[in-house]
Amino acid sequence: MKAIGLRLILHTAVLAAAFSMSAGAQERMAPASGALEAKLEYCKTCHGLSGQGYLGYFPMPRLAGQQPEYLEAQLKAFIERRRTNPIMRNVAHVLSPSMISALANHFSHLSPPPFGGAPRGSIATGKMIYEDGLPESNVPACSACHGADGHGQNEIPRLAGQVYPYMVGQLTGWANARGQGTAVDTSAIMAPTAHNLTRSQIEAVAAYVSYLH
Amino acid sequence: MKRIGLQIAILAMVASTVSIVSVWAGESAAVRNCTWCHGTGAQGYTVAPRLAGQRPQYIMSQIRSFHEHTRDNPFSKQYMWGAVAALNPYTARDLAAYFASIPPKPANDGDASLASRGRTIYMDGIPEANIVSCYACHGPNAEGIRDIPRLGGLAHFYIKARLEQWEQGYHSTPGSPMPMVATHLGPEEVEALASYLSFVR
Repeated sequence: MKAIGLRLILHTAVLAAAFSMSAGAQERMAPASGALEAKLEYCKTCHGLSGQGYLGYFPMPRLAGQQPEYLEAQLKAFIERRRTNPIMRNVAHVLSPSMISALANHFSHLSPPPFGGAPRGSIATGKMIYEDGLPESNVPACSACHGADGHGQNEIPRLAGQVYPYMVGQLTGWANARGQGTAVDTSAIMAPTAHNLTRSQIEAVAAYVSYLH
Repeated sequence: MKRIGLQIAILAMVASTVSIVSVWAGESAAVRNCTWCHGTGAQGYTVAPRLAGQRPQYIMSQIRSFHEHTRDNPFSKQYMWGAVAALNPYTARDLAAYFASIPPKPANDGDASLASRGRTIYMDGIPEANIVSCYACHGPNAEGIRDIPRLGGLAHFYIKARLEQWEQGYHSTPGSPMPMVATHLGPEEVEALASYLSFVR
C-alpha cells in the first residue's frame, strides 16, 4: 500500500512537472505503463492469470480474445449502472477512459485455451441451436451475429471459450442485469432471445460455445 | 479404511439414530490425530487453524498440497508434511467430510475497532490501490465454495499469518491467485481483514 501510494505521488509529480497540462489532456493520454501493469494484475486476479476466466464464488468471465469494443462498452455500462453486478460497478468506477481502452486492448490480444469444465452431454444440441437457431421459438441463429467461430465483432461479444456457468448465468438472468435504468443500450438486442430460450437450451448453447477456440 | 468403512456401515445399522459422522469420530484414530493440534472440537488451537465447517474440497486440496510439499510455509513444513505423509486419499476424503460437517464457531479474537474497515475491504476491495474484493471468490459471508476456503470466524493469527506468508513468497495450492492478492495488501489492510473475519459467523 505504502509503496503504491508513493508511486502514485511520484507519477503525479513527474507528470505535473514535465507536462503541466490540463486534467482533461492527461485523461486522454495513455496510462503510464506501471499503472497499466498493476491494473492488469488486479483484473487477472479474478479473471484468470491469462484472462481465461475463473470460478470464484461468482463465475468470472473470460476476457481473453474479447472484442475490445464490447469490453469498453461493458465497463461503461457498469459505471453508468446500465449493467448491474455485485463486484464490477465498484471495480470500474475508478477507471479512466484511457485505462479502459488500454485494458480492453490488452485482453483482446490474449488467446489462452478455453477454461473448460462444461458438461458435454448436450453439446450437439447446443451446436444446432448456435448454427440454426430455434425458428419455432423465435430464437435466431447465434452464429448470425456472433460469427460461425463465436469470435463476435465490434460490440457483439466473443462467446468462444466463455466460462460455462457465466454464460448460463447471463442468459438466464439477462433482464435482471443488463439494460437497467432508462437509457436503452445494445443489450436490448439479446433480451427477447434470452427470454425465449429454455434453461436446458441455454445450458446446451453455453456448453457448446465454452469449448470453441 | 475398509475396516473403518465396515465399522461405519455396521454401527449405522445398529444405532440408526446416531449420525454416521459422530460414530466415526468417536471411533477414529485418524480424527484424534488431527484434533491433538486442531482442538478437540476441531475449532482450532494456537497456530493450528479451525477445521470445523471448512469446505471439504478445500481440506482435501490442502492435504494434497502438504503431501506434495507445494504448501511450504514453516508451520506446514514442520507439522503438516509429516502429518499427512501416511494418509491415504480415502481417509483424507472421509476426514474432510467429517470436519466439514462440524458447525464452526467464530474465534472472535480480532480488534473489534478494525472490523468495519475490514468489512469494507472484504466486500469492495480498494480499487484505487488494485486491492481486489475478497467477496468475489470467498462469498458474501466468507463461507467459501468448492475448494475456496471458508474464512469467516478463523483466528486472527491464522488469517494474518497466511496473508503474510503469501506476501513473503511461500506457496500453497498451485494456480491460486492469493500470492497476487497478498502482494498488494499492506500491514494495515491485513490487520483489518484478519480482525473482521475473526468475528464473522
